Amino acid sequence: MTGAPFWNWEWVGRNLNLILDQTLQHLWLTFLAVGIGLIISFPLSVVAYRRRALYPPIAWFTGTLYTIPSLALFAFLMPFTGLSTLTAEIGLVSYTLLILIRNIVTGLRGVPPEVREAARGMGYTDRGLLWGIELPLALPAVIAGVRIATVTTIGLVTVTALIGQGGLGALMLGGFRGLYPDLAILIGVTLSVALAVAVDLLLFAGQRWVTPWSRQAGARVVAT
Amino acid sequence: MGHAVEPAGRRSSGGDVTEPGFFGQVIEWFTDPANWSGDFGIPNRLFEHVVMSAISVVVAAVVALPLAMYIGHRRRLERFVVSVANVGRAIPSFGLLFLFVLWLGVGLDSSPALRPPILFALVLLAIPPILTNAYVGIQGIEEDTLEAARGMGMSEWAILFRVELPLGMPLIVAGLRTAAVQVVATATLGAVVAGGGLGRYIIDGFAVRDLPQIFAGAVLVALLAILVDLLIGGAGRMLSPRTATRRARTPERGITVGAS
Repeated sequence: MTGAPFWNWEWVGRNLNLILDQTLQHLWLTFLAVGIGLIISFPLSVVAYRRRALYPPIAWFTGTLYTIPSLALFAFLMPFTGLSTLTAEIGLVSYTLLILIRNIVTGLRGVPPEVREAARGMGYTDRGLLWGIELPLALPAVIAGVRIATVTTIGLVTVTALIGQGGLGALMLGGFRGLYPDLAILIGVTLSVALAVAVDLLLFAGQRWVTPWSRQAGARVVAT
Repeated sequence: MGHAVEPAGRRSSGGDVTEPGFFGQVIEWFTDPANWSGDFGIPNRLFEHVVMSAISVVVAAVVALPLAMYIGHRRRLERFVVSVANVGRAIPSFGLLFLFVLWLGVGLDSSPALRPPILFALVLLAIPPILTNAYVGIQGIEEDTLEAARGMGMSEWAILFRVELPLGMPLIVAGLRTAAVQVVATATLGAVVAGGGLGRYIIDGFAVRDLPQIFAGAVLVALLAILVDLLIGGAGRMLSPRTATRRARTPERGITVGAS
């Protein structure tokens, strides 16, 4: 921290590019983590949904990953993948898995059996049933999971500043270490919260648009 | 620190000294007596970590549990709980640490386990999961059950303490568990702002590029978090009436309010 006046707007004016770049990096790291998280979670969830016995071990493994503190997870990877985006993403993706898988499986299990029966009677195959019936009906729960995973990831990205990434976290760490003025800390935290709220609202709006039949679902916090 | 970076001689030494691989160096770190004694030793670092985490969770519970009981019992101010949960998720714990340092200073005159900015941040982070889970646990009790209790002539206080609290116990404990795990994780980050605890090994290791120490610190932190998770989970199962456990089997881990 420096002794300069706190409201150092002059610094902000000179560093708008830096702030914008870090915000974009923050969004990019988040998008990558949730995207890859979804690609991994989706098949795992379908398998866990179709073979119930597989759900507990998957939930146990992802739950254990989720329990490991972020700094420790990055530290585990450091000796092997160094101060890289890869280290950051392996950690960030790991944390999305529990949230996403739990929500996708809950959504799929919530499909009423009679709906499934009716689709079978109409000659739907396993694959047709999944993509045409089960997934659309599970969508509100899936998107609720994506919202929680995204907001959580936006917070966690800040920690990756310690391994040379960090987006807005780099502004906070730089502010603390005196590389930037103190104001950078406040700007970093404010923008990080603003990103989380904005992305959450955007996803919420998206969910209402994609699934107009479920106006009330997904609006509650209680989704994990 | 009581232990130095791996001696340079080891790396440059010829064929006569067998060079331990990376995991060999990690094991060496763990077996080095210097890492087991004094202020920088594992026992003291572990003690600091547990002390700051325990204080924070207890203070947060003292604030959040009565509030959750009031809101859950009276069924009012429910929007408030939803907002606390959402805000709690949106605020990055890492940033919260820096904000409190900005406000209070690092607090180097306090003991490494009791740095005021870190404790404030930890308490604030622990409140949302405890509040939301306890609220959902109490509020989710079926109206029929409460009617039956009233019909038996129980007072509102008796209903709160003998019906709602026991039946809500699985989720109350789940909230404490989520909070504790999150606090242990953020206490690790406290090392960045000069806090004590096991995070010191990782942060100090970063500073001098001591990879075996970084890895060893990660092992210790992960083990502590998993142990805390298992212990509180076990305690929850013991404290919960059998019917309540069955009822609330699905949300055993509680409503997550962000990871750290």
